[in-house]
Amino acid sequence: MGASDFSNLPHIGEALRRKEDYRFLTGAGNYTDDITLANQSHAVFVRSPHAHAVIKSVDIAEALKMPGVVGIFTGKDIEGKMGGLPCGWLINNPDGTPMKEPMHPILAINKVRYVGDHVAMVVAETVEQAKNAAEAVVVDYDVLPALVSVADAAKTASGVTLHDEAPDNRCYKWALGDKAAVDAVFANAAHVTKLDLVNNRLVPNPIEPRVAIGSYARGTDDYTLYVSNQNPHVERLLMTAFVLGLPEHKVRVIAPDVGGGFGSKIFLYAEDVCLTWAAKQLNRNIKWTAERSECFLSDAHGRDHVSHAEMAMDKDGKFLAMRVHTDANLGAYLSTFSTAVPTILYATLLAGQYTTPQIYVEVDAWFTNTAPVDAYRGAGRPEATYLLERLVSRCAWEMNLGQDEIRKRNFITAFPYQTPVALQYDTGDFHACMDKARVLAEVEGFAQRKAATEASGKLRGIGYSSYIEACGIAPSNIAGALGARAGLFECGEIRVHPTGSVTVFTGSHSHGQGHETTFAQVVAARLGIPVENVDVVHGDTGRVPFGMGTYGSRSISVGGAAIMKALDKIETKAKKIAAHLMEASDADIEFANGEFTVKGTDKKIPFGQVALTAYVPHNYPLDKLEPGLNETAFYDPTNFTFPGGTYICEVEVDKETGEVRVDRFTAVDDFGTIINPMIVEGQVHGGLVQGIGQALLENCVYDNETGQLLTGSFMDYAMPRAADFPQFKLDTVCTPCTHNPLGTKGCGEAGAIGSPPAVINAVLDALAPLGVKDLDMPASANRVWEAIQKGSGSDAQTAPPQEPSLVGSTQGRPAP
Amino acid sequence: MQVAFTVNGRPATVDAPPNTFLVHAIREHLHLTGTHVGCDTAQCGACTVHLNGRAVKSCNILVGQVAGAQITTIEGVAQPDGTMHPMQAAFKECHGLQCGFCTPGMVMSAIDLCTHHPKSSESEIRELLEGNLCRCTGYQNIVKAVQMGGEAMASGTPVKTTATA
Repeated sequence: MGASDFSNLPHIGEALRRKEDYRFLTGAGNYTDDITLANQSHAVFVRSPHAHAVIKSVDIAEALKMPGVVGIFTGKDIEGKMGGLPCGWLINNPDGTPMKEPMHPILAINKVRYVGDHVAMVVAETVEQAKNAAEAVVVDYDVLPALVSVADAAKTASGVTLHDEAPDNRCYKWALGDKAAVDAVFANAAHVTKLDLVNNRLVPNPIEPRVAIGSYARGTDDYTLYVSNQNPHVERLLMTAFVLGLPEHKVRVIAPDVGGGFGSKIFLYAEDVCLTWAAKQLNRNIKWTAERSECFLSDAHGRDHVSHAEMAMDKDGKFLAMRVHTDANLGAYLSTFSTAVPTILYATLLAGQYTTPQIYVEVDAWFTNTAPVDAYRGAGRPEATYLLERLVSRCAWEMNLGQDEIRKRNFITAFPYQTPVALQYDTGDFHACMDKARVLAEVEGFAQRKAATEASGKLRGIGYSSYIEACGIAPSNIAGALGARAGLFECGEIRVHPTGSVTVFTGSHSHGQGHETTFAQVVAARLGIPVENVDVVHGDTGRVPFGMGTYGSRSISVGGAAIMKALDKIETKAKKIAAHLMEASDADIEFANGEFTVKGTDKKIPFGQVALTAYVPHNYPLDKLEPGLNETAFYDPTNFTFPGGTYICEVEVDKETGEVRVDRFTAVDDFGTIINPMIVEGQVHGGLVQGIGQALLENCVYDNETGQLLTGSFMDYAMPRAADFPQFKLDTVCTPCTHNPLGTKGCGEAGAIGSPPAVINAVLDALAPLGVKDLDMPASANRVWEAIQKGSGSDAQTAPPQEPSLVGSTQGRPAP
Repeated sequence: MQVAFTVNGRPATVDAPPNTFLVHAIREHLHLTGTHVGCDTAQCGACTVHLNGRAVKSCNILVGQVAGAQITTIEGVAQPDGTMHPMQAAFKECHGLQCGFCTPGMVMSAIDLCTHHPKSSESEIRELLEGNLCRCTGYQNIVKAVQMGGEAMASGTPVKTTATA
């Protein structure tokens, strides 16, 4: 079935309420920590208090004698017995040599490399006993100087080496584009706009911490891992094939209800492997539940780029070429997809919505003594969008053009469009998004609102951001050519039961996205059956045939397409059964609205009768057709999908305090076909709050000297709260994706990708009269106040508003 | 130590060490796992329950402090036949939840909010939800749900619901 037929089916585009809500609302959800197994013990991890140190010795003798202790494991117990945590994406240097890939042991061997690094696992009968015993583990460290800031890492004189394999701490240098051609364009350009910027480091912070239970059955030599994770099959594949060397059929991974992920639960973590392995060693079930402080220390963080960007233009503000250099912080070890984020998922988006003919980008990726950095909502695309959209607004101001005008002059209008950075956009309508956003944002009234704000002694600014992202990751062959070490297809199974109800098994895990509803709508629409007759199963390698999981806004476009393919097979087989029952030829059978009909006759039978016949095959072509109605399909996309849109933000800034208030925020997105608009809006709301949170509130800060995490709790790390936001105004434009059967593009990350530059552009627009030209995220009151003092050239004699002065940081611009 | 109190209208006795927090007594001793732990430090509100009719963060109260008290958890909010409380129904109707992890605490806070601050404006609701973090919804639909649930609570009329998938 094609995308246009699909979008006209009943239930498609209907804001049905969610199937999953009743259990969540009544306390009947089943999250990993809600599970208690028989004979369950509890693990606590001894973590490094130092950012960088040699482990001289680990003494567990006293700890082993503590009450309730079941077992204690250290690096010595695992050394040589298993592999390290694998990195799923190989990046090559420009000379073709591979990136540096040092061992990432599940328990530290000889050295710790960040605060929170795993030194030992203590297992006891209760959590309290495990905690007490963990305190009795004596670790003798020889503390080394720490390397924290990516800006410092780029200075090879730092004298610190994390891994012997990478003496200068560089994991790789990577480049895309024709440098000579770009430089030549710059040499002759009418105007060049330059910008330095920092993409601030973030902590994902799903409200459910990471949790895992390792379980082992000696009778059958089977392992089960319950884990709060976004892709249980990938978790199993990485753990069995790369670390433990176990056959996959002996390991089942169950990710039950999961309380948010945002990328941080994609990855294979040391704790997951440790618990699974130790369950056999101790012949016990072992649970570990992270405390929030452990989430801050050891969940993979996001972003942390320092970049320089330049745009060459002609005299009319037409973009001629762009060049970019980025230093990316990978943290102490390579997390699962860390290497792809600042390269493949970042640089390929730098064309944005514009016809810039030439782009050259260079990335240096560094090891530092901080927690591993990996994909976080958007993963590379927010970094690209922030850089490009900040640069574009600055171009507008330098060329004396409106922020909207410069974008419109450079928009791509003909599709398919081959960008100079590898991607081919299949479709889009950027002018439509811009026009709709301007109307919805009431841009015409901005001048009046600005005057009113100024009359009250404050400042008002407006900021634009026109983003594009690549979702539906990915065509496996293209991803493979770019270094991916996994396929990126998806699997779906449709099990039609004898009485006509359906269970759907999908490899796309749902942890808030509402798949149990959206996917049921797809199946009910296709089969013409009541939506309540469809249930969706996900998150269990023992029940779902296979899956690559949920990330990169891929679920509906890849997982949904796999379900569509399985439905095609169901329809084909069901038509043969119907043809037999109605004594017609297969080719004459039509299926619509849950009924099989014979072309040109009034013969018809309902779907339920065909289902029953498949399982009670008394009158059935058994010589030609197997009984049963159960089909599995794998779908591998042929291209990425390209959601895009325009966001407009209006802020008020208090000159006296530096406080920024988002007064209006408008988002117009093109997600292609929308199946459940309520769920899509919810995804945008959540993304916007994470993006605006990055722009105004959130910042992960390490002490630059010691490598201690300074923002290690919700008291220190500013999480967005309800009162920080206005009502968002949303609308959509629809240009259906041309290469998947639903026409969908994905909506999970757009809000987080498009919003940060809109906010900062608005703040800079507001501050422009004071001479402020630049500002890094987050635009906290303190930073804005300081920028106002500097920008306005005053002596800054008044005391700054009270806010902890976090001077040290992983971020920060390189010293001039 | 033994502590006796009432949970969701039924008597309960917990035998737990004195340093046991109420949330652990509820989850691990009484096996009511709808109340969640998101931060251990009274910042996120996922553990919110009602103590004698007021919303409290159960990760920050020792079980010994609730001797003789009336505790209501998310499991005790719906009617015995499973019909949801108007606030629960409003959260579903307004799509005020996604992953569901903060939801029990959010609903318990919302019921308290509407009981003690009826007719709050949108901005007042946003301020009053200060103690509860949600990382999924962006709060917009939670605010809508609190308004709708509060109206239903005040008027005694059920929330008007749309079809469920």
